[in-house]
Amino acid sequence: MSTYIRNFLDYKELLKELVNRDVKTKYRRSVLGMLWSVLNPLGMMVIMSIVFSHVFRGNIQNFPVYLMCGQVIFNFYNEASTVAMGSILGNSALIKKVYVPKYLFPMSKICSCFVNLMTSFAALLIVIIATGTQLKWTVILLFMPVFYIFVFSLGMGLLLSALVVTFRDLQHLYGVLITALMYLTPIFYPIEILPDWVAGIVGLNPLANIIEMLREVIMYGTVPDGILHLKCILSCTIAMTLGLWTFYKQQDTFILKV
Amino acid sequence: MSDSIIEVSDVSVMFRLYRERVDSLKEFMIKKMKRQIAYDEFWALQNINFQVGKGEAVGLVGKNGSGKSTLLKTVAGVLKPTKGAVHVKGSVAPMIELGAGFDMDLTATENVFLNGAILGYPKEMLEENMQNIVDFSELKDFMDVPIKNFSSGMFARLGFAVATIYTPDILIVDEILSVGDWQFQAKCHRRIHEMLERGTTLLFVSHSIEEVKKVCSRAILLNHGQMLMDADVDKVWERYNKI
Repeated sequence: MSTYIRNFLDYKELLKELVNRDVKTKYRRSVLGMLWSVLNPLGMMVIMSIVFSHVFRGNIQNFPVYLMCGQVIFNFYNEASTVAMGSILGNSALIKKVYVPKYLFPMSKICSCFVNLMTSFAALLIVIIATGTQLKWTVILLFMPVFYIFVFSLGMGLLLSALVVTFRDLQHLYGVLITALMYLTPIFYPIEILPDWVAGIVGLNPLANIIEMLREVIMYGTVPDGILHLKCILSCTIAMTLGLWTFYKQQDTFILKV
Repeated sequence: MSDSIIEVSDVSVMFRLYRERVDSLKEFMIKKMKRQIAYDEFWALQNINFQVGKGEAVGLVGKNGSGKSTLLKTVAGVLKPTKGAVHVKGSVAPMIELGAGFDMDLTATENVFLNGAILGYPKEMLEENMQNIVDFSELKDFMDVPIKNFSSGMFARLGFAVATIYTPDILIVDEILSVGDWQFQAKCHRRIHEMLERGTTLLFVSHSIEEVKKVCSRAILLNHGQMLMDADVDKVWERYNKI
């Protein structure tokens, strides 16, 4: 175990550089640059608010913030898991030529998307101020859902990036799965409108739980209860265990398959 | 030899040559059920044994497809041997391809840090040596240009400059010196000689026996994945001509 930690510390500089590269190249040569990370979720929020606030008018208080909380988390997961999935294939040239710990590639992608998540929170803050939402002290518990979504995405990123090397179909299939996941996550609708059996499935959706926790600390000013924490911790543990185990088993075959 | 820095013991590498690539889960399941996953075993390396002492310069020679690059990759830690083990003591600077890991959209300066990090060099050291890198690669006026606009020679110069900025314990070189003009090649050779004088151990692959003779005293001859000879450069050269 200690050798793994030492190995990671040796390469943390590389992790920094990889994240740095992603952040730098993402908006390179666009006029507004990093500002897009704030403008993009804002624009999406405005459009979806206009469309959906008419549909679910009576059910949701403070729709823009409700929507934004869901969107920020879901978009992070969507982007992070998708780019992490392609990270091993995308760095095949490097993997064949130089020894680097391979988990750094999906990990760096998750981290660079995480930087984006932080800027999306700036957008969320703008919406909170613009709608005059009253924040309670519970907002300092914000780090908890953020931590959960990071760990969950990291686990899924490791899992997907390792699997896609053997089964390339996953790249195409995952787009469909993500769409299904989006509709099973209460981003723009209230969970109450679902029939019981669907609500049961949504209750098992890790993203739905994490989003619920985020809404509790930001919108409702309540402290998330133990059961919600337990659900989140359980899904993070499962994702990480599966991800690490699969990645560890597969990583020596990457060079032969990429 | 007790002070050997590279120990390759009984290393074999096997590749599976799939007659038909199975890329999708469905295909895999169907074929697995029908027990049709067919592949040929191809041994790229078979029972390779050798040791390299500290400060030695060893050339690897052999025809195309004889397993030279595969052997280098196992020593560099990129490829895990199917059987046997490789023990390496100290830091390895692999130059299997120059500029592997360069990002086309980043400028040369940014790439120095990225590539340096890939090779495991600390950032401070790269900052200190930035001037050296610029001088050696002769890219003074191009350091802020995205490297997608570079010529292949410029690319190689930058890659070599970054990779050799510090003296590693082991340097692995795979036919990369064939790029660039003769002046640059001469410069690379000087740099390698400097490193050897400072006690670096060198593993060197080249098709040109002249180059191998220039830097190495000992050579290993590979043919079809088997080690035919491990001896003095001149003797190996005689034998190589006969196969």
